[in-house]
Amino acid sequence: MSDWELVIGLEIHAQLATRSKIFSGAATAYGAAPNTQASLVDLAYPGVLPVLNAEAVRMAVKFGLAIGATVAPRSVFARKNYFYPDLPKGYQISQYELPVVQRGSLTVLLDDGTLKQVGITRAHLEEDAGKSLHEGLGQSSGIDLNRAGTPLLEIVSEPDLRSAKEAVAYMKKLHTLVRYLEICDGNMQEGSFRCDANVSVRRRGSAKYGTRVEIKNLNSFRFVEKAIQYEAARQIELIEGGGTVVQETRLYDSDKDETRSMRSKEEANDYRYFPDPDLLPLEIDAPFVAEVRASLPELPDEKSARFVRDYGLSAYDAGVLCASRELGAYYEAVVAALGAAHAKLAANWVMGELASALNRDGLEIDASRVAPAGLAQLLARIVDDTISGKIAKEVFEAMWSEGLAADAIIESKGLKQITDAGAIESVIDAVIAANPRQLADYRAGKDKLFGFFVGQAMKATGGKANPAQLNEILKRKLGGA
Amino acid sequence: MLHTLSIGELAAKLAGREISSVEITRHFLARIERLNGRLNAVITLTAEQALAAAAQADRRLAAGERGKLLGIPLIHKDIFCTDGVRTSCGSRMLDNFVAPYDATVVERLKAAGAVMLGKANMDEFAMGSSNETSYYGPVKNPWDETKVPGGSSGGSAAAVAARLAPFSTGTDTGGSIRQPAALTGVTGIKPTYGRVSRYGMIAFASSLDQAGVFAVSAADAAAALEAMSGFDPRDSTSVDTPVPDYSAGLDAPLKGLKIGLLREFFEGLEARNQALIEAALAVYTGLGAETVEVSLPHLPLSVPTYYVVAPAECSSNLSRFDGVRFGYRCDSPRDLTDLYERSRGEGFGAEVKRRIMTGTYVLSAGYFDAYYLKAQKVRRLITDDFKAAFARADLVLCPTTPTPAFGIGAKVDDPVTMYLNDIYTIGANLAGLPAMSLPCGFIDGLPMGLQLIGPHFAEQRLLNAAHQYQQATDWHRHGPHGFV
Repeated sequence: MSDWELVIGLEIHAQLATRSKIFSGAATAYGAAPNTQASLVDLAYPGVLPVLNAEAVRMAVKFGLAIGATVAPRSVFARKNYFYPDLPKGYQISQYELPVVQRGSLTVLLDDGTLKQVGITRAHLEEDAGKSLHEGLGQSSGIDLNRAGTPLLEIVSEPDLRSAKEAVAYMKKLHTLVRYLEICDGNMQEGSFRCDANVSVRRRGSAKYGTRVEIKNLNSFRFVEKAIQYEAARQIELIEGGGTVVQETRLYDSDKDETRSMRSKEEANDYRYFPDPDLLPLEIDAPFVAEVRASLPELPDEKSARFVRDYGLSAYDAGVLCASRELGAYYEAVVAALGAAHAKLAANWVMGELASALNRDGLEIDASRVAPAGLAQLLARIVDDTISGKIAKEVFEAMWSEGLAADAIIESKGLKQITDAGAIESVIDAVIAANPRQLADYRAGKDKLFGFFVGQAMKATGGKANPAQLNEILKRKLGGA
Repeated sequence: MLHTLSIGELAAKLAGREISSVEITRHFLARIERLNGRLNAVITLTAEQALAAAAQADRRLAAGERGKLLGIPLIHKDIFCTDGVRTSCGSRMLDNFVAPYDATVVERLKAAGAVMLGKANMDEFAMGSSNETSYYGPVKNPWDETKVPGGSSGGSAAAVAARLAPFSTGTDTGGSIRQPAALTGVTGIKPTYGRVSRYGMIAFASSLDQAGVFAVSAADAAAALEAMSGFDPRDSTSVDTPVPDYSAGLDAPLKGLKIGLLREFFEGLEARNQALIEAALAVYTGLGAETVEVSLPHLPLSVPTYYVVAPAECSSNLSRFDGVRFGYRCDSPRDLTDLYERSRGEGFGAEVKRRIMTGTYVLSAGYFDAYYLKAQKVRRLITDDFKAAFARADLVLCPTTPTPAFGIGAKVDDPVTMYLNDIYTIGANLAGLPAMSLPCGFIDGLPMGLQLIGPHFAEQRLLNAAHQYQQATDWHRHGPHGFV
C-alpha cells in the first residue's frame, strides 16, 4: 500500500434550502405524499417553461464567495439529455461549460494537525431528478416527482485528496460550510448532501494519474471513507495482479462493503449537452455580488482563528467548536456569561460533558437540555471554588436530567465545597486516628499510601472538600506536623 | 355577410349593439360546419364553449365594456394549450391530450373577450411547410383544393382565407406563419422573438418559435397581435418592453421610409414573382418610400443553419413525449425501453422522426462542433448582417416564397426541396426579427405574398407599412371562389 498513492476528487451535491424549486413554484419540502409537490413544470407538461429561482442563484453566489471563487458574470444553463422515467423532460437542466462558480478552494485541517488547501474546480446549479419507487408495487415501478426540480449545487473538487481520511475531512468541512451559509440543511439521510467520489491510484512519485473510477451516491461520511478504501485496495490489487483498471461508474454496497460495476465508459450516455434555449444566460452583476458578500456570516475559518486569538484555544479545539454555526454560538454564549478569562474552561466543558450528554441522548446543540447561561452558572461555581470540577460533573448530570439550575442543585444536595481549613483538619485528624497502621507504613516510606488517605478524607467529606486544601493539610499532618 | 367584415367592422357592430357576439359566433360555426369538410382546416370544434364565451362577451358588452376583440371569434392553432380542450399539436402522440391549462396567448385573447371557435390543423409539432405531416391529414388550400396551404400553420391560414374565422393564431419557427399566409392570400405576422409569450405553446425549436396571427388585413392583424403581446414572467425569453397601440400607428405616412432591397433574394427569382415584387415596390415609392440596396452575405447559409439548430432543439424538446405521463402510450410494453421505443415510434410521424434523428446527430459527441457550434456561429453572422442592413434601411422587402402553392403530395418525398420553400423566411427567425407576409398578387390564379422584415420590436413599423400598402391595393380583399 505504501508504494501507492491515492488520487481522489469529490463531486458533492448539496440541495439548496430554497422554499420552492429551481425552475418552478412547487414546494421543496421533504417527505410529502408522492407527486403532491410536482407542478406542471416539474411534470414537463407540453408547453411549460422553466423560470430560474433567484434565491438559488443567491445561494450559489454565497457559496462561491465563501470559497474565494470567481462568481461568473455570465453563466449558462445547458440541457443534459437522457431518457429515464424519473426525468420528466428527458433532459436535466444543469450548467456545463460555463458554471456560476469557478475556481475556489477550501482549507482542511488534517489529522496530523497540518492544513491542506483543496482546490474546488467549480460549483454549478442544476435540478434534481425525481425518484423511482420499486417496492410494494408488484411488477410495476412508481415515479415520485416531488424531488424533480429541487435545486442542487454540484461542487466539484480538484483531484487534490490523497486518502480516504482527507476526503472525509474535506467533505466534513464543506458540510460545515454549507450549513454556516444556511444554503443547505446538510441532512445526509434525506439526501440533501451526497457525494460521488472519483478514485484512482498511482505509484508513488508518478506524475501521471491512473485510470479513475467514479463511485456514485455516497450518503454518509463513513460510506465515503469505506468506499474509497475498498476501491483503492481493489485497484491496487488489480494492478499488482497484472490487470488494468477500466474507467467506469461503480456503486458502493454498504451491506457488503464493496463497490460494484454499474456501467463502463463505453456504456456511458452521450448526454448531448447544449445551451438551454428556454433560459437566458445567467448574468450576475458586481452590485449583486457585493450585496451577497455583505450578507455573508462569519465563516468557520474566520471564527476559528478568532477563537484561537481571543480565547487562547488550540487550533484543534477552535476547529471543533466551529464545526457548526450553532455550536460556535452556544460556546460564545457561555463565554460571554462566564468571562473570556475562563474561555478555556468553557471549551473543555462544551467539548467534554456537554458534547457527550448530547451524543448520548442523540440531541443537536439547539436541543441541549442545559442552556448556555445554565452552563455558565455551573462553571462560575468552579471558578469561585464553590464546588470542585468533580462535583460539577455531578451537578451537570442533575441539571441535564432534572432541568434545574446549578445553584439550586448545589444548595439542595448540599454539594457546596468545604473550604474551611478547620473543618478539613478535623476530618483528616479523624481519618489518621482511625488508620494507625497505614500511618506507620507511610511514615516508614510507603509514599503511595498518600492516595489512600486522600480517598478516605474525601469520602468522609462526601467529596466536597476542596482538593487542593485537602492535599496540603494532609501532607502536613502525615508528615507529623 | 358577416364573414366578409373586418374585425374593426364587427367590433363596431358589436359596440353599436347591432349584432351580438352569439350571432357572429353562430355564423362562423355554421360556416365551419358547412365548409371545413373540404379543407380539413379545423380539427377540433368547440361550439359549446364558443357560444358560452360569446354570451359572456355579450354580457360584457351590455355592461358597457368595449374592446377591439371583445366578442370576436378566432381559431387557435392546435399548438397552443387550451384548458379542457384537446391540444394535439397535429400528432398522434397528443391525440388524447387534453391540456390542463391555457397558454398565455390563449389566456390573453380570452381576457380580451375573443371567442375560440376551435383548433386548427397543423403540421405535426409544427414540422413541415405544407401541412401534410399532420396526423389528421393534409389541409387543402381554399384557392385550389388540390394544392397545399403551406405550413406549418396551414389550418390557421386556410381558415382565415376561407373566412371560417376573422382571425387565427399561428406560430412561426422558420416561416410557418408567413409562408402559409402567402400561399393562401392572407396577412400574417410573426413578431420579434420574445414579443409574445411562448408559455403554453408546445415547443418545436425554442430559440426560433414565435407566436403570431393571421388575418385578412394588417389592420385586423394589428388588433389581434396587440392583445397577444407583452411580457410574461412565465417565459424567461419574453421581453419586458411596453406594447405600443399597433392600431394607432397604422395611418402614419410612409414618406421617407427607407425600404431595403436584398440583393441575395433577387438572385434566381422567378420572373413573375419578381414582377410582383417590383409592382409592390412601385406602390411603395408611390407612397413616398425610398429604396436602398442592402446585402445579407450570409443569408444563403440560412437554410442549412436552420436545419441544424431547429432539429437540435426539437430532438431535446420532444424527449418529454415518452409515454410515461401523458400522450400516446404503446399497448402492453414489455419493459421500459420497449415503452419508449414503441410509444415514440408509433406516436410520432416520419418528418418528426427525421428531425429528431438529425438533431440527435448534430448534438452528438464528435459532431457537435462541426454542426451545432458552427451553425450557432453562422446564426450570429446572419444576425449581424441584418443589423448592418437595418443601419441603412427601415425595413427590408422581399418575396415570402419562391413559388405559389404546390400540389398536395408533390414534395412529400423530397424533404430537401420542401425545406428550400422556407429560403426567404428563415433568416428572420434566426435573427429573431419581426416579419410579415401580405398578399401582393397572383401567379396562375394562386396568391403570392410580399414579405416585410423589420428590426427588433419594429412591429408597428411593419404593420404601418403593410396597412398603407393595403390602403393603396386590394390584393388582400380577394378571397377564394366558393368561400367568400
